[in-house]
Amino acid sequence: MLDNLNLLVIAPFLNVQLLLDGLFIGAIFALAAYGLALVWGVMNVKNLCQGEFVIMGGYFAWYIGDMGIHPMFAMPVAIVGMFAFGWATYKIMIARVVEKDMFTSLLATFGLAIVIQQGLNLAFGPEVQVADSGFPTRSFDLLGGSITVAEIKFYSFLICCFLATAVVAFMKLSRMGQAIRATAQDVRAAKVMGIDTEQVFAFTYALNAAICAAAGVLISMIWVIQPFYGITHSIRSFVIVTAAGFGNLAGVIMAALGLGVAEQYGGFVFGAEMQQVTVVGMLLLVLIWRQVQMSRYRQAVQ
Amino acid sequence: MTSVTEEKDREVATTAEPTARRVFTFNDYMMFGAILLFGILGPILFPNYTFQIAVLWLMVLFAQTWDVMGGQMGYNSLGNIFFFGAGMYICAVTQIGLFTDVGAYTSPSDPGTFNFTPDQYYIGVAVGLVFAAIGSALLAAVLGWIVFGLRGPYFAIGTLGIALAAGELIGAWEWVGAGSGFPIPVYPGSGDGKSLFYYALCFGAAIATFLFLKWLYSTRFGLAINAIRDDEEKAEAMGIHTMRHKTAAWMISAFFLGISGGLFGNMTGFIEPLEVAFPVATFGIFMVAMALLGGKGTIWGPVLGAILFHILKEATWIYFLGWQWVALGVIIIINIVFFQQGIVGWLQERYPHWFGIEVEARSPGAKEAAE
Repeated sequence: MLDNLNLLVIAPFLNVQLLLDGLFIGAIFALAAYGLALVWGVMNVKNLCQGEFVIMGGYFAWYIGDMGIHPMFAMPVAIVGMFAFGWATYKIMIARVVEKDMFTSLLATFGLAIVIQQGLNLAFGPEVQVADSGFPTRSFDLLGGSITVAEIKFYSFLICCFLATAVVAFMKLSRMGQAIRATAQDVRAAKVMGIDTEQVFAFTYALNAAICAAAGVLISMIWVIQPFYGITHSIRSFVIVTAAGFGNLAGVIMAALGLGVAEQYGGFVFGAEMQQVTVVGMLLLVLIWRQVQMSRYRQAVQ
Repeated sequence: MTSVTEEKDREVATTAEPTARRVFTFNDYMMFGAILLFGILGPILFPNYTFQIAVLWLMVLFAQTWDVMGGQMGYNSLGNIFFFGAGMYICAVTQIGLFTDVGAYTSPSDPGTFNFTPDQYYIGVAVGLVFAAIGSALLAAVLGWIVFGLRGPYFAIGTLGIALAAGELIGAWEWVGAGSGFPIPVYPGSGDGKSLFYYALCFGAAIATFLFLKWLYSTRFGLAINAIRDDEEKAEAMGIHTMRHKTAAWMISAFFLGISGGLFGNMTGFIEPLEVAFPVATFGIFMVAMALLGGKGTIWGPVLGAILFHILKEATWIYFLGWQWVALGVIIIINIVFFQQGIVGWLQERYPHWFGIEVEARSPGAKEAAE
């Protein structure tokens, strides 16, 4: 562990490498986290199957890549498909838990996560998969070492930026976006103003699934997917949203990029098998930090 | 339910509804008798299913210990499975560590072949279980200090995080066999003897948990944790030391879960961090689903829920082989989304007099306050 730390000091180019990888992967985390912030903020549902939606999107890309078509073309298919899936999920299940207490939604979506994991496992098998994008990996010299960047990571970063802008523009400019923001502020008032909140909830949940699917397509190309990797993505989304708070887009993006970098460093310093521990550790740290913040306002009998 | 702060108030409550405060009612004796009968006759009538019935008792224990927190105190933990795994590892390490070097025994490259004599084995199990129970309870005290400031869904996510992290951390710890795990000392005797031995221990643990919790809920402590569930701020204002009560409740859960972990580790004979010791997505979620299926916040709910869930689980294994996990997930979703009050909760609403609850005609004001 100390050897690795030492290595970072002697070879500064490694820092650049880790930083770049972290930012590229963090941009994708930001997408999924934004979806969670949306669902959490608008309908107060803690969606614990966020990561499973991501992985489902990834399997769209992998399947299409397997048929000999470039996995990038899976993007529109995955977005439309998962939008429909999200809508159906809302109508069948989530609509019945929105009104209930928060733990119900958490547990119900955890149940859904198990169903999706196992369904994917039955459909595609438990192997770790990568959707091959076919783009070359470039390397360039910097700070006395060679830094490698796969071109696909760069493209995926651009796509992330584009998707994020599109979603933000949609929320700001379209009629539906306006309705979603109004519902997030006050459901009852929105209802009084003639907004069909049921429709808004369904749309928000479906939009979340579609955003996750887009993130999943990118993940499958620049990283790996496996039926049971979803839970880590869910935890990541929770870390980011808890740290940033919902309704704070800039905060979500910063937290996501920060988490991406922190994870790369954690994986490098403690060894690759500790990368997941880093994510969960970050979760606990964020929760404890939040608690310390809150305890100033809370006067307990101690 | 309001919090009761003075002994005098409690006596008033006792006289107001005498049947609800008695520790055992007639129905309880009937149910308890039926379970004892099944528990004793089970392995005699179905000798091939001894292992399965033993697991059933562990499931009953899981659901009950989850309900201490989730049902009675309103703190829904998704990571209680952590104490199961912790107990399993503490027990196993004690069993081995008492007589030989743990690091050498668990090393996967050079599997230590140490033969335990019967005496060593039984002493190891006994001491191991005690250590597992106490160790888990202590871990709960330490973790409680960290996570009990969290409320509602944050508490659930935080505890889930702890269980996930524990699995990964143990998986990286060479001294306890890391990710590949290690075999538990072998039972000195026949296979049937082993299943009966652990059957008796599992059954005993489940019954002990039940009796202890039944007694606990009838005391002042039970009322205090119910008060925390109903309104933590008000409970605190009434002078209940909430932090101490919450930690104590979690330690009680962890104590029994630690024992169950030690037993399960010995029953399977081989322990490993992700699938056996910290199975967050199976046992970890089952214990919640079972308590909800039976009816959380009731004494019999978790017991009935666990029995029914175990039977459903075995049925899906038989009739949906290959699809069993999907079927089980669907059952969990249906249970949570459509039938949240659970069997006993539903019965309590429908036939309150069975439970010795006297329903008074509510004034409109009282109804609003209840909502």
